[in-house]
Amino acid sequence: MTEKVAVVGAGFTSLRAMSPDMSFREMVFDAAVRAYEDAGITPRDIDSVVALGEDFREGTCISDEYVPDQLGAVQKPVQTVSGDGLQGLGVAAMLLNTGACEIVVLEGHSKASNIRHPAHVEAMALDPGFVRPHGWHPVFVAGLEMRRFLHESGNTAAQAARVVAKNRRNALRNPIAAYPAKVSFEQVLESRPLAEPLRELDCAAPADGAFVFVIARESAFKRLRGQPVFLDGISWISDTCNLFTRGWGEASYTRQAAERAYAMAGVSSPSRDLNFAEVDDSFAYKELQHIEALGLAPKGQGGTMLEQGAFDAGGKLPVNVSGGSLGCGHLHDASSLRGLLEAVLQLRGHAGERQVANARRGLVCSWRSIPTATGAVAVLSRR
Amino acid sequence: MISELRGTSLREEDIGSGNVLTTEWRPKLDFAFDPGVAIGQFLQGLKEGKLLGRRCHQCGRTMIPPRMFCELCFRRNDEWVELKDTGRVNTFSVSYVNWDASRREKPQVPAVIEIDGASPGMGILHLLSEVGESVKEVMARVKVGTAVQAVWKPAAQREGSITDILYFRPLS
Ligand SMILES: [Zn+2]
Repeated sequence: MTEKVAVVGAGFTSLRAMSPDMSFREMVFDAAVRAYEDAGITPRDIDSVVALGEDFREGTCISDEYVPDQLGAVQKPVQTVSGDGLQGLGVAAMLLNTGACEIVVLEGHSKASNIRHPAHVEAMALDPGFVRPHGWHPVFVAGLEMRRFLHESGNTAAQAARVVAKNRRNALRNPIAAYPAKVSFEQVLESRPLAEPLRELDCAAPADGAFVFVIARESAFKRLRGQPVFLDGISWISDTCNLFTRGWGEASYTRQAAERAYAMAGVSSPSRDLNFAEVDDSFAYKELQHIEALGLAPKGQGGTMLEQGAFDAGGKLPVNVSGGSLGCGHLHDASSLRGLLEAVLQLRGHAGERQVANARRGLVCSWRSIPTATGAVAVLSRR
Repeated sequence: MISELRGTSLREEDIGSGNVLTTEWRPKLDFAFDPGVAIGQFLQGLKEGKLLGRRCHQCGRTMIPPRMFCELCFRRNDEWVELKDTGRVNTFSVSYVNWDASRREKPQVPAVIEIDGASPGMGILHLLSEVGESVKEVMARVKVGTAVQAVWKPAAQREGSITDILYFRPLS
């Protein structure tokens, strides 16, 4: 990157299974007030806004129109990214690197509880000619992928079940988490099959919440209060969307995004150079698949290392010490902003009782969920 | 009128009979919208036959529909105020179009109504009625700035919706 870019302010709401007492605007306003206070800015300082929005999930067409008010961004340039939170972060970084902006706000929220038939919204992402006519609940995509991933990698469903136990336990120490719990891996394996080998407790449950970040160029730091967390590298990749021709076994999008993000950030050995990782775990097996694609475990060793405790909160490389999506709730495209928030808190030393000792550098890894083969990787650090 | 069109048009029966293949999908897209504090209270007010706004002490604006924050001052605003159910027409249109693009016999008149007691430019979108059944009649009775008043549903039929007001009609 031409000039250093950093997160200088973070604001968030609690994550909840439902939130009938707040409109999405009221949630975003609360998060924005906290983010601006953290960064030491007023809306006057904002040069541009990047907001995440997928109209099918908002229930509003051209949802960009509903972005400015609650961010104090009336009559400012706004761009809506119909994509994942880290893709939004990438767009914010590029805006800053054009030189046209010094301070950009990134917003993402979830009102998943307002979607009456979430599977039908997911089905809208399936190919209308070849896939939708079968009429299956879209979760079959995760069942197909999990089977092939376990087959190719040698990891087991029991090891995936231990991801659930770890992440929901970690969430017990995260005050904003929606689904903290003590769950044993046996309970996961005994839960109802959805698209076997995928079981009910393997899946992150949806939640509502909002995140706002203030992102700035180094040249703006002197007029800001917030402790900067630097974006050292970021990349995102989309593999083919075809369910019948994709490589199910490996998260190739993650591997390639990681290679690029590591090169930008100067990470040569991820398991040595990183102190923690917030990794997409929309389904438990995805955490193992992503861990291996990120190079945090050798191929086929993710499950064994997990069993040995390498990715536990106190382990060699804590993965989803926040509780991940399994413990905090799935926030659709804002899920990775929950990961970004954790990275900011950890790198500032503000993560409370789940603080990773000496956290200097970490990563966030996202996936755009069923049925995509799209994901992003961001490497962040403190000075 | 266009007098001559060359070529062969695609007819609906070509698709219906399967001569032209398409794939069809009927989405099941149902959404709720959590009203939150501001809109929730506003809807409760409608049920009680009241129009509620919020006032910001910093810029002095009184906002309807209400919101819990002032988007210009970017601060939590300060108090609820009950407004009159009268106002003035900001803009209106005489609409002859049904959902299926067929023509209405009698037009509808959607309007933006600036509510009395709210700040200039603050209003709600509603229907004007008792204003005639043709462009000519409507134009004779309604102008930008015409004073209007809400006609409410009977209390027992109100359900906390913007349609608890049936329509607005000219005051004079
Ligand atoms: Zn104000």
